[in-house]
Amino acid sequence: MRITLGLDSTSLSRRYPRLAILATLFMAFGLPLGLYVAALAVFPLNTPERLDAMAEQWLGYDLAGSPYRYIVYTAFLLLVAFIAVNYTAVFGGVSTWVERRVAGRMQSRIGPNRPGAAGFLSWVADAVKMILKEDTIPAEADHLLFRAAPYFSMVGLLLPFVVLPFGEATVVTDMNVGVFYVAAASAFVVVGILVSGWASNSKWALFGGIRGAAQVMSYEIPAGIAMMVPVLMAGTLSMQGIVRAQGGWPWQWFVFQNPAAFVAFFIAVTASLAEGNRTPFDLPEAESELVAGYHAEYSGFRLAIFLMVEWANMWIMAGLAVTLFLGGWQVPGYGAEDYARLLGTGLLPAPGWFGLQLLSMLMFVVKTWALVFVFIWLRWTLPRVRVDQMMSLCWKYLVPGAFLCFVVTLVWQLLVPPAGVAFTGYALTALALFVLAKFAVATRRNISKVAGHRVDLGNW
Amino acid sequence: MAQGIRAYFGHITDVVTTFWEGLSVTLSYMLRRPITVQYPDRVEKRVADTLPPRYRGILEVDTAVCTGCMACERACPIGVIKISTDKDPGNPKQRVITQFDIDVGKCMFCGLCVEPCPTGAIAHTREFEATRKHVDSLVFRWVPDPAKPVPFYRPVKGQDAPRAPVGEILRRCLAAASWIERPSFLPEERKP
Ligand code: SF4
Ligand code: SF4
Repeated sequence: MRITLGLDSTSLSRRYPRLAILATLFMAFGLPLGLYVAALAVFPLNTPERLDAMAEQWLGYDLAGSPYRYIVYTAFLLLVAFIAVNYTAVFGGVSTWVERRVAGRMQSRIGPNRPGAAGFLSWVADAVKMILKEDTIPAEADHLLFRAAPYFSMVGLLLPFVVLPFGEATVVTDMNVGVFYVAAASAFVVVGILVSGWASNSKWALFGGIRGAAQVMSYEIPAGIAMMVPVLMAGTLSMQGIVRAQGGWPWQWFVFQNPAAFVAFFIAVTASLAEGNRTPFDLPEAESELVAGYHAEYSGFRLAIFLMVEWANMWIMAGLAVTLFLGGWQVPGYGAEDYARLLGTGLLPAPGWFGLQLLSMLMFVVKTWALVFVFIWLRWTLPRVRVDQMMSLCWKYLVPGAFLCFVVTLVWQLLVPPAGVAFTGYALTALALFVLAKFAVATRRNISKVAGHRVDLGNW
Repeated sequence: MAQGIRAYFGHITDVVTTFWEGLSVTLSYMLRRPITVQYPDRVEKRVADTLPPRYRGILEVDTAVCTGCMACERACPIGVIKISTDKDPGNPKQRVITQFDIDVGKCMFCGLCVEPCPTGAIAHTREFEATRKHVDSLVFRWVPDPAKPVPFYRPVKGQDAPRAPVGEILRRCLAAASWIERPSFLPEERKP
């Protein structure tokens, strides 16, 4: 009998459907959950004092006085970095699948649905394909810069993870200038874009790089000012401090505590979309005019890095907005004293503490994914803006608006008593719920307007 | 000045209202059923069975009612059909068809061969899936074995030829041809 690669035998997942489902479940939930648990187990220990104490108590080894202590600290930091890097890669991959499926349904198509259950493993297949491709470098390119550019972008993507709080205790380090640090470090991505545009020695890539630089530099200003609003409201630049100043319930979030913050939230999200080169601001890689923009000449693994940065940046943008405006990891009904009570005084905290920590991470992850979905949704709704529109939006609308929000927040902090803030919280939450309900009704009406159409989530 | 201010705030209102419209439209499409038909393996019915009855798919010949008139062979503008006839060695009065080949790989599904057929022996089915690894395998042999020729059919006056339902013979042949085993009614595959 001959073995042929026919329609039925190519796909492993069709031959072993159970295996496909298991693999999908593992990649979709097991892998991220494992990373979250690893982060929870490792991140809080990431201080020299704690490491010293652990070595003292369990090994009877005096690490603080040992000549090898820096090797141990560095090894520990590398472990932390390993978890964070893997998390970005997994998120970047999963979000491409989510994006393609969402985009498909929004355009009355299906999207990738063959590898693994519901096509979930297509991102793994894409990554493998990318890695196996040849890494070509144009002959006329600036070889050193061409090779280095993706890593600039990657560093810009990874640096904000240092202060991005995933949970009450799950943060690599809580810098007292966290917001400032994120604003500075995430702008590093554009260095990669500019360098790749320059080094490619191609006019499309150069245009893309220059556009990226112009865009990011303009939008840094409204983004920075809008991010100052929660800083003013919390009175601290530390990310954890800002989250602690908010509460678990929506009316305790900064976005609803003051009308200026409500506006600033939208300004900050718009500006971060532009900084992350997401549609409608994807001018640096506008396919219709610039082929693929700054990464037109890249292939193989370097291209994979650029694409991963692009998608994983959504996590940074969304996570930042959630942290600053939407209450971060705060769990409704649990305050700071609950965390302290469950933590206890021993070297290892009680199991209940870990449960609460996982819950707080879950809050953060759910909110961030919701915002990532909004980004995807925007991308498949809006056309790309022109360069002049992009500039006028920034300088004529966002910058003055952000300044106004800033000043109003200053006055608000000085003049409005806590009771007024609480009332605004309830009022704005009610308003937001009302708007969401109206929106749901409008969406429902859009469906029933067409004869024969109804809500149907089938045909996967 | 006042006009400028109105234009400025008009733009902001435009943004809000158009976002409202656009986002609700795309979200509403996300909640509808994609119209994509997941051919070939996730369809409720075989696609061939959902096609209109006069669809011009792969040709089928019911040799039991073929009169051997060769009208179809003459009608084909590109020589797709190849018919050979002979005398029956056992019965010199009876003529037989020893070969009836249709090269589906060449056929353009124009239907010109179907028109002149006096008995409806040659007809279009609604089948269209017959991919083969080699193009030669697309020559469908309706008389599989020249040693076992098929006698001519003699039409009976005032009576329709008892033709098998269109599509049934072909479907049976195609079903017998799995992807791995070659069907018996196709010629030997050339070694690539
Ligand atoms: S359908 Fe047209 S091309 Fe095909 S065999 Fe008949 S006459 Fe020839
Ligand atoms: S298939 Fe029809 S047209 Fe062709 S030889 Fe037979 S009877 Fe004649």
